[in-house]
Parts: sequence; structure tokens; C-alpha cells
Amino acid sequence: MSDWLPRQQLQHLIDVLRGAGYHCVGPYVQDGAIVYGPLEDEASLPRALRDRQAPGSYRLEAADGPRRFAWANGPQAVKPLAFAAREVLWQCRRDADGRLQFEAAAPAPTPTAVIGVRACDLAALAIQDRHFMEGRYPDPSYAARRRSLLLVAVHCTHPAATCFCASTGDGPEASTGFDLALHEQDAGYVVTAGSSAGEDILAHLGLEQASTEAVTAAREEVQRAAQAQQRALPGRNLRDALFANLDHPRWNQVAERCLSCGNCTLVCPTCFCHRELEEPELDGNLSRHLREWDSCFSTGHSALHGFNIRPETGQRYRQWLTHKLGSWHDQFGRSGCVGCGRCITWCPVGIDITEEASALCAADTGPDS
Amino acid sequence: MSSPYLPHRAEIVERIEEASDVFTLRLRLTDNDTRRSYRFAPGQFNMLYLYGVGEVPISIVSDPRDDSLLDHTVRALGHVTRGLSALQVGDTVGVRGPYGRGWPLQAAEGRDVLVVTGGLGCAPVVAAIRYILRRRDRYGRLTILQGVKHSKDLLWREQYEAWARHPDTEVLLAADEGGPAWPWHVGLITELFDKIDIRPGRTLSMMCGPEPMMVAAIRELRALGLGDGDIYASMERNMQCAVGHCGHCQIGGSFVCRNGPVFPYTELAELLGRRGF
Repeated sequence: MSDWLPRQQLQHLIDVLRGAGYHCVGPYVQDGAIVYGPLEDEASLPRALRDRQAPGSYRLEAADGPRRFAWANGPQAVKPLAFAAREVLWQCRRDADGRLQFEAAAPAPTPTAVIGVRACDLAALAIQDRHFMEGRYPDPSYAARRRSLLLVAVHCTHPAATCFCASTGDGPEASTGFDLALHEQDAGYVVTAGSSAGEDILAHLGLEQASTEAVTAAREEVQRAAQAQQRALPGRNLRDALFANLDHPRWNQVAERCLSCGNCTLVCPTCFCHRELEEPELDGNLSRHLREWDSCFSTGHSALHGFNIRPETGQRYRQWLTHKLGSWHDQFGRSGCVGCGRCITWCPVGIDITEEASALCAADTGPDS
Repeated sequence: MSSPYLPHRAEIVERIEEASDVFTLRLRLTDNDTRRSYRFAPGQFNMLYLYGVGEVPISIVSDPRDDSLLDHTVRALGHVTRGLSALQVGDTVGVRGPYGRGWPLQAAEGRDVLVVTGGLGCAPVVAAIRYILRRRDRYGRLTILQGVKHSKDLLWREQYEAWARHPDTEVLLAADEGGPAWPWHVGLITELFDKIDIRPGRTLSMMCGPEPMMVAAIRELRALGLGDGDIYASMERNMQCAVGHCGHCQIGGSFVCRNGPVFPYTELAELLGRRGF
């Protein structure tokens, strides 16, 4: 069952979300790219533009039509809203006698509705949820932020040339993990709820049922978006193929191009590595213990005293790729790639994960893998 | 939800100078409930926190039965460990743990234990050796092989001599470069395998040290007939969170902090000794 939100009522959705106590976050254009940030009203959503993405290139261009979501993801995922790029984990007070007092950070995030979440980012968020919240040591900061999110997905109808979510099975249609999902058409939106919180919002919207034609048209648009994708990984599980090729000459070839800058890991919606650091106050009475995003391309990532496990760029690229597409299966039962294509677009030298994986696994992937 | 990253306060009860830059801190958790509920196994580690500087993973070398004090033998190498070395009795530090998987000391009961350790990183196996020696009758032969690069690198010479006095316990030392006061083997630690009688099937091996040494030792032990599941190694990697979140310690799909630091060789075979992992 789907409802119909006419285009002119998009502001109504924002108002209802705000009325339900949510701070709204959505896409807007900043510095020539579509990013997510506070959303005041629907007028600030992107309009009359399209993105053009290629390895190492991202440009926004003027386009016709009334749509607000006729573009593929920019550099940012939903990741920073749950896994903060930098945050205090705890702090330590030291009294006059040198005794220490530890206090955990207690984030109290505002309930936040994110409008315009893509299928690839929902799939990535499910992985991050598993990493930080499930298991023996759930992370309270991540969990508090994550539980404050209400996710309004928009199914993707305009994949970029760098997108390959159809080949990873994570898009372009959002199938799970959202509270509300929108299919955008010229005249409005087909709306479905994916959770009880989403159903509550839907009830407040008081919409008419969507027509069969609108629902069918929406389906077809998403199917065309899947077929339009130009890139693909050579298989959904490349674990054995990659680990069978650890001495492949391709690793050195990619190392000659890779700058080891870490952009790919910072735009990746599933990368979870972070470093811990200490920031003592100058008065000597308080010290804060923080974490911030780290990258397996950084020098410090594999450093031990007087020794580095991965001093060479080729070893770092191999670590990243064999983890993302290989040993990720051991840890999460699936690949760490959701096909968003950001690492291709935002690589300053345009290294293409699909091309590298295909070259590395050429001898070890068949049609069944 | 309590934070898995938050240290507990602990007081330094005793500080033992082991060598010029090696010291042992005996710590007592300040909070009574935390101290009473704290349980660990040899081979596991704690994160020790130095105020204003940060945390380091340090293995626990006390006996799990003496759970009121936690001993950590530390080598002053980096910012945190050099700072820890300057602390005195009565100073407080942060402690969280224990973390990871320790040595298979239950599985080793009734069997011979062969300890192979090299270089200076032997604290994790010291915990296992002390555990076995306090329960000597539960185990078969205990053989301890220690290799160092140069004879002057050997720490705790008296400790090895004391261990060798236990019944059915043999200690063999090797230095790549000997010296005037070096009565033991000069050469590689793996050459000591020719001097001992290893009973495959009855023997479980525990090792810790530089990876090239462990790779060579594992190759020899497998050639002697030890099963892959009877060889255990304690691994060292960059660790910051200790709970499998920060990603630094990964070897393939394993988080050393959570799945290790002690691994059966069966779990290491794919990547051990491969540069870059």
C-alpha cells in the first residue's frame, strides 16, 4: 500500500516531521556538491540540476524538470550522523592529589529526520550498526545517535556513471532499513512506510492512496536506473579470489597511481577505522579522550613501536581492497562495498575499484562467483 | 549502556625495576565492585591509561588466582610507556579490560607444553609459564625455549634459572650472537629443536615474539609432526580501542584485540609471515 504526496506538498512532509519533534536534515548544494545538512524548507533542496560523475571528477550541471532528487549521491553518506567524524569518548579529571576521575561522554542527540537517504547508504548503515552496536561491546555514542535518526529514503532513479549498487545488490531501490521511502516522479511522490515510526508520520500526512499507474511508473524508473548502471564488480563474494592473488603484479601497478591520501576511506559509507587521541587541557586538571576517523592509508594505521606493518602504498591499497571485498565476508557475512561509487569519483587520480577488482580477480572469478 | 571505552581507576601498589627500561607495575583497582568482579585468563591484556597521554595494551602477567593485584610488565618505548615508567607507588592510572583470548591452558592440561619465545616480547608467555608452574602436576613436560639476538638482550636471567629448577621443566636459551658470559646455545632458536625430545600428539606449543621467528618455529614444529591445532601464537598489532571497533589490529578478517591476541595456527595459516598483513 502506497500513498501519494503531491509535489506542492513536500513542505507538508517537512512540517509534519518537525511537528513530530524531528530536526530535519536533507540534501543541498554547497561548494559545488550535494551534501547533507540542516533543512529549513523544501526550497533549499537541490533543484534543476544534475550531477556528472566520473573517476576523479564530480560536477553539477543545470538540468530541466521539477525534480529535487534527480541526482546520485555526493561525497557524504549518512555515516557521519551516527559515527561522528570526531568525538569525545570520555574525559579524565585529575585532582590536587593526582587522583583520577573518569567520566564517559553522554551524547543526547536531537531526534533527526534525514530526507533523501539512498539505498546504498541504508545498506552501509546496516553494516555500521552491526559493527558498532551488535556484539559484546556496544558503542553508546553511536547507538544514541543512531537511535535518534528517522530515515526518509528516496529510491534512486538517476545513478551516476560511477554507481554500481545493482551489482552489489544494495540498490537502486531501498528495500529495507528506512522509516519512510519516496519514489520521486514529476508530479509528486509515491510514499511507503517501513517502520511504525514511519507509519505514524504517514498517518499525520493524511494522504490519498497512490494510483496503480504511479506505483508502476515508479517501479519501472528504478528498474531502468539499475539497467543504466555502467559499472559492476566481478562478483558478490571475491574473498577467495582476492586472497588467491595477494602477489598479483596489479597491486604494484595500482600503487604507482595511488597517492595513499585516504579519500576513498573517508567517503566510503562502510569504513569504520578510527584512531583514539588525547587532548589535555592546559591547566593540567582535565584531559579528553577522543576518537576521529582514521584510514588504512595513513602511516600511523599499522604502526608498532619502531616498525610499520604496511610501509608501502601497495600494501595499504591491498589491505583496503582485500578487507572491503574480501575479509569483510569473514566479519560481516557480506562484502563491505555497497556500490555507491564514491571511492571512484573522489579519488584524485581516478582509481576505479570495479576495474581493479576485475583485473585482480580475472583468473579466479567465473560467472558463478 | 555503559561505555566499553571508559577506564577504571587503579592505584600502583608496587613498582618493580626488572631491567634498565623494563618495569612491572602491580595495580589494584580502586573500586571494590570492579575489583571483585574482575576475572582474567593468562594471555589476555589490559589497556593502561596514563593521564593526559593515552592508552597502551599491556598483557597481564599475574596469576588469575591472585585477582586482587594485576601485574603488568612494561618496556619503556613510547610516550605512554615512558610516562608510565616515571610513575611511583601511590600514583593512579586507568585500567580497562581484560580483553581478547588467552592461552589454551585448560586444553593443555595433561599434555607437554613447549614454549617458544624470542626477542623481548615474552610477557604474554610469562603469564602462561607462571600459571603452569603454580599448577605443575596438571601438566606434562614443560620446555621453554628463549631466543635473543644478542646475549646482552636477555632479561631476567635469574628467572629462567629459577624456572629450570622446577620438576620436569627444561629451559634452553639461544643467542644469535653470543658473548663471553653466555653458556648457552649460539645460533637460531629453531636449532634448539634438535636438542629436545618433542612428543607430537602430546605436545601443545605456545609462542610469542618476532613474526619471522614464529614463522620459522612453526615450520619446524609442523615438520616434527605437531598438528596445526596444537600450535598457538600471541600476535601484536596496533591496538587503540581493544574491543574490535577501531580497525587497526586486523589481520585479514581477525581483530587481534578481540579474536586474539592468542590464535591457534589454524586461524593464522593464511596470512602469518606475509608482509603487509
